[in-house]
Amino acid sequence: MPHIPGIETWIAALLTLACMSFLYKDNPFFRFAESLFAGISLGYFIGITLNQTLVPNLILPLHRDFGQNWDLLVPGLLGVLLYMRYVPKIGWISRFALSIYVAYYIGLDFTRRIHGEVLPQLARAIVPLSKFDSHTILYSLIFSVGVFSVLIYFFFSKEQDAVTRRVARLGIWFLMISFGAAFGFTVMGRVALLIGRLNFLILDWIYPMIGLR
Amino acid sequence: MRTGVLSRASARVPSFAAPLTASLLVLLFRSALAVAPEVSPAAPGDLPAPTSFTAGDRPGDSGNAKPGAERYVDTTAKDGTVYRYEIRTVSAADTSSAVPAAGGTSAASGTVAAALPAGPPLVSDPVASHDNWFRTEKTNSFIASVLFLVILLASIGAAKSGKKIFIRRIAGLNAVDEAIGRATEIGKKVLYVPGSQSMDEIQTIASIAILGHVARATARYGTDLDVPNKDPLTFASAREAVRGAYLAEGRPDLYREEMVNYVTYDQFAFTAAVSARMIRERPAAIFLVGYFFAESLILAETGQSTGAIQIAGQADPTQLPFFIATCDYTLIGEELYAASAYLSREPALLGSMRAQDIAKAIVILLGITGIIAASLGATWFAGLFKTQ
Repeated sequence: MPHIPGIETWIAALLTLACMSFLYKDNPFFRFAESLFAGISLGYFIGITLNQTLVPNLILPLHRDFGQNWDLLVPGLLGVLLYMRYVPKIGWISRFALSIYVAYYIGLDFTRRIHGEVLPQLARAIVPLSKFDSHTILYSLIFSVGVFSVLIYFFFSKEQDAVTRRVARLGIWFLMISFGAAFGFTVMGRVALLIGRLNFLILDWIYPMIGLR
Repeated sequence: MRTGVLSRASARVPSFAAPLTASLLVLLFRSALAVAPEVSPAAPGDLPAPTSFTAGDRPGDSGNAKPGAERYVDTTAKDGTVYRYEIRTVSAADTSSAVPAAGGTSAASGTVAAALPAGPPLVSDPVASHDNWFRTEKTNSFIASVLFLVILLASIGAAKSGKKIFIRRIAGLNAVDEAIGRATEIGKKVLYVPGSQSMDEIQTIASIAILGHVARATARYGTDLDVPNKDPLTFASAREAVRGAYLAEGRPDLYREEMVNYVTYDQFAFTAAVSARMIRERPAAIFLVGYFFAESLILAETGQSTGAIQIAGQADPTQLPFFIATCDYTLIGEELYAASAYLSREPALLGSMRAQDIAKAIVILLGITGIIAASLGATWFAGLFKTQ
């Protein structure tokens, strides 16, 4: 028996179609959906930041126990400094907050990358090549040659000579093959997302209206 | 069979100060558990007492060591609080339902197992956990970090002292001026998207350096520039970079605040807005440089459909394939960082590129040495680089 879906399904379905209409060309429906999406998401983000970051991490701790949490004033002040750019005479102050933010994360990332990426990858790249079995030839040897040729491609402070140019070209081949594999893998994921959206349109919106669900 | 049960008694000794939480490690010696196999559960009175075990703070850890067959790590221990631990022998039947087994030869539990039929206890000396200044499991990371820092500072120092540092030309960089020149010729704008991440991402920082170069070129030629942003901090940095570039070129009159604009924080709302801008305003050159996620293909594909020259730069291998497939030029991985050094010619960036090359040479050298060592049976060499 036909059943008219709820208003929320209609809104979701019509907005989906409005977004998909961009595949044909730019049009007023897409412009409306795009503006609505951008506006709502920005408003939502402000609410999320206020309720999940500022209030629980700064305002409430300061309000409840100022003596214990006074040090939170420092990041709070750095955040406020960012807005000084809107006061032209003292706009330069905002750079302090920005530079502290950037420097903090560079320092943090430095050790994190060495510990979490450089050393483990180096350990994984060390594979024995003493045996001449299929695993050594098809995995270990190709793996080692791939790692070191790609590394040589990424040398910038020395001009490439005839030998390093050839090795670097081999590295590019390794990179392109891995990119091709990654491309195929991700496209499959995107097709799955499209199927999910089509499923919504067909199963939740169209089928109930024609009595198939 | 019988198995050992560890229980934490109580804090009987006054605590002493220690700043941070660490774990307590109790070593259960196998000798304490070595008993003859038995079919039926024995009465508590028949069970022998464990002969010895030690309890102590495990040096150099960060409080997350994993318990093993002969070890029990009390991750619930509070730093500075003094505990005594006791170990008893109980029959396997008694422990199966009450105590989690660890490794099959012993069982360990941080709770007092008073209800279990157990043999006489052996109680440890008082012990308290304390934080360690140096975490020995991270020694290799420490050495690598110090080594790289020394190389980095030495290279930057050399660059600042005037030593000429060569950086080879990257193919994608030739296209930067070509793309801006084309935009100038046909009177259309340059669109520059500095990724979707904040300034805590190194790729975004590199992207802002490249944006500075692009903005100087647009200021020089009087070409319109549009920089939409997703992240508020990146937005602030991009504005600083563009404003500085226009000032440096002596064209502050051409700079407008709305050149660098904020769109929204939502990933796909941002993508939809920028894609629509590409279609409507048809920029002559599009730069997609920085850290992108799933929006990479949508943006690059839309830009490609407009016929604009597209130059992308990304270091994340999961998104790079899309840029390579849809853009005219792509700065792959570390080329992004090299590009910012090449374009800006700043000693700090040139020195850091040089340092990265030296570090890569060391990595290659260690890798080849490691492969030779592993092939000769010395597997310990690879173990030097394993991290926990």
